[in-house]
Amino acid sequence: MNHLDFVVLIGSMLAIAAYGTWHTRRHRNLSHYLRGDENVGWLTIGISVAATQASAITFISTPGQGYESGLDFVQNYFGMPLALILIAAVFLPIYRRLNVYTAYEFLGHRFDAKTRLLGAAIFLLSRGLAAGITIYAPAIILSTVLGWRLDLTIILSGLLVIIYTVAGGSQAVSLTQKYQMAVIFGGMIMAFVILMMKLPASLGDAFTVAGGFRKLGAVSFSFDLHRRYTFWTGLLGGFFLSLSYFGTDQSQVQRYLSGSSVRESRLGLMFNAVLKIPMQFFILLLGVMVFVFYQFEQPPVYFNQTAWHEAVRHDPGGKLRAVQQEFAAAYAQKEQLIHQWLDAKHAGNTEAEAAARAQALAALDRSNALRDEAKSVMEADDPGVKSNDADYVFVTFVLDHLPHGLIGLLIAAFFAAALQSKSAELNALGSTTTVDFYRHLLKRDASDAHYVAASKWFTLFWGLVAIAFALFANLVENLIQAVNIVGSVFYPIVLALFIVAFFLKRVGGTAIFWGGLASQVLVLVLYFLHHWFPELDFSYLWYNLIGCAVCVVLSLIIQAALGSDARSART
Amino acid sequence: MKPAVDDPGSVKSPCDGQKEATGFPVMRTWRGVYVFVFGSFILWVLLLLALTAHYS
Repeated sequence: MNHLDFVVLIGSMLAIAAYGTWHTRRHRNLSHYLRGDENVGWLTIGISVAATQASAITFISTPGQGYESGLDFVQNYFGMPLALILIAAVFLPIYRRLNVYTAYEFLGHRFDAKTRLLGAAIFLLSRGLAAGITIYAPAIILSTVLGWRLDLTIILSGLLVIIYTVAGGSQAVSLTQKYQMAVIFGGMIMAFVILMMKLPASLGDAFTVAGGFRKLGAVSFSFDLHRRYTFWTGLLGGFFLSLSYFGTDQSQVQRYLSGSSVRESRLGLMFNAVLKIPMQFFILLLGVMVFVFYQFEQPPVYFNQTAWHEAVRHDPGGKLRAVQQEFAAAYAQKEQLIHQWLDAKHAGNTEAEAAARAQALAALDRSNALRDEAKSVMEADDPGVKSNDADYVFVTFVLDHLPHGLIGLLIAAFFAAALQSKSAELNALGSTTTVDFYRHLLKRDASDAHYVAASKWFTLFWGLVAIAFALFANLVENLIQAVNIVGSVFYPIVLALFIVAFFLKRVGGTAIFWGGLASQVLVLVLYFLHHWFPELDFSYLWYNLIGCAVCVVLSLIIQAALGSDARSART
Repeated sequence: MKPAVDDPGSVKSPCDGQKEATGFPVMRTWRGVYVFVFGSFILWVLLLLALTAHYS
């Protein structure tokens, strides 16, 4: 980044902060602080829902996912349109009619206090863990831009997020989101165009290379349970994951409840149902094209350059330098083979094309093996190093290859999006703790000003928890997969609480409470057991289906055992 | 007296909002909107299938 980029970056960030602060300077009561004005139109809701889910993780991590594994991650979103239709038709009117602050209040009305607390506690646990993961997004941006250590930037960006959230509340979250999304999408489209212009191959050749290296397999009907992303995991597991995330996660429910009517909220959800799959496809394709670009331009061995330079400095044996030299030689050979492959394709020589492609694939495997070797050396020297560098691929590309000015603007938009989604997350954690625990259990009749203050303190608490988690956790997965795994472990039980509440009228609070607790334990056991029993290592998306189904069935069995009289017993 | 929402039976008609107009000249009912959304999903899956088949 040069001076122009820094001027654009700092100027944009200050403008966003000033705009949000000025517009939200008169927060007087809890409703306004937590839910905003409740006069928001469908487009703002739609963008706000998309931005809360997408966040900077999507823009940073998803291209890295495309770079490493191709397009198959898009299947993760296949269940989402169907889930959003169900939420718009069933969940939304109920929430609107009950006029609740948090989704878990409904559980209290429908069942009892302990079930409400169970739902809220699972939400707090899962979102608290996810907050520890998502805080990596702004930290990675800062670390890459400033060349600082990741742990320092985690603390710095975490504190920034806390200040931003405590100062603004819910409305500040959505106020500037549409402008940021516009800048991010504009920037990503420009990145795509510039990428195409810089490629020494035509668009057709780029797709040939991507297809030849197996990056364009978007849909698989495989029934292999160990395969993470297939049509079936996406449709069934993705359906339940989306249903629980959009239907019961307070950070999302809070977004669409701010609509001025059911129509506005519903259209906001349908906006996402239509656009999510093409949006994710485009972002993954961008990652695939970055992969193709780096077949003609030598990539770094390890995309987290700050960690790489530090590791090289502390590598007296010179193992990393040796790997780097081998990697450069493997790259040169691979590039030559790709040119042979494309020349054979243009000449219509299918035999030579197939042979060159096979050799290029072997050369790619060698390059990947060298990258793995470098990661192993780095991990051996520093076990705390975050060995998955996929999240750094796109930021590195932006910094190294986009024009100055645009770099500053895009980094500002990424960072602002990271702040916004973190802010929405902390806001939801703070409001749920205040409404479902503090107001419900500890202080029932305080003033609105007191609850707004309490909500800010809880937001601060969750922000510090997120920073602490990020500092001590070492993520094996990239960010976009890590947050989906956390969601898949906890969300299905919360979803089951709501499904039973909506559709199984004869099940009471005691039955669903114990059913929920037992099925949450089951999913956690399944998740941890796969470390020791590889045969249990099936796609995490199945947890959504298993957890939800087991919880519903268990609650029915327990209710049958308790008898119908127990249904109305409230504790 | 308990609030109405305490009675599980009071949430038995979640589709009340379906009567609200969509505000579109076409797709005047919510069912029409949902069919449109489902259709766009099917279209995307078919396009992704075609891409996968072409480059496999």
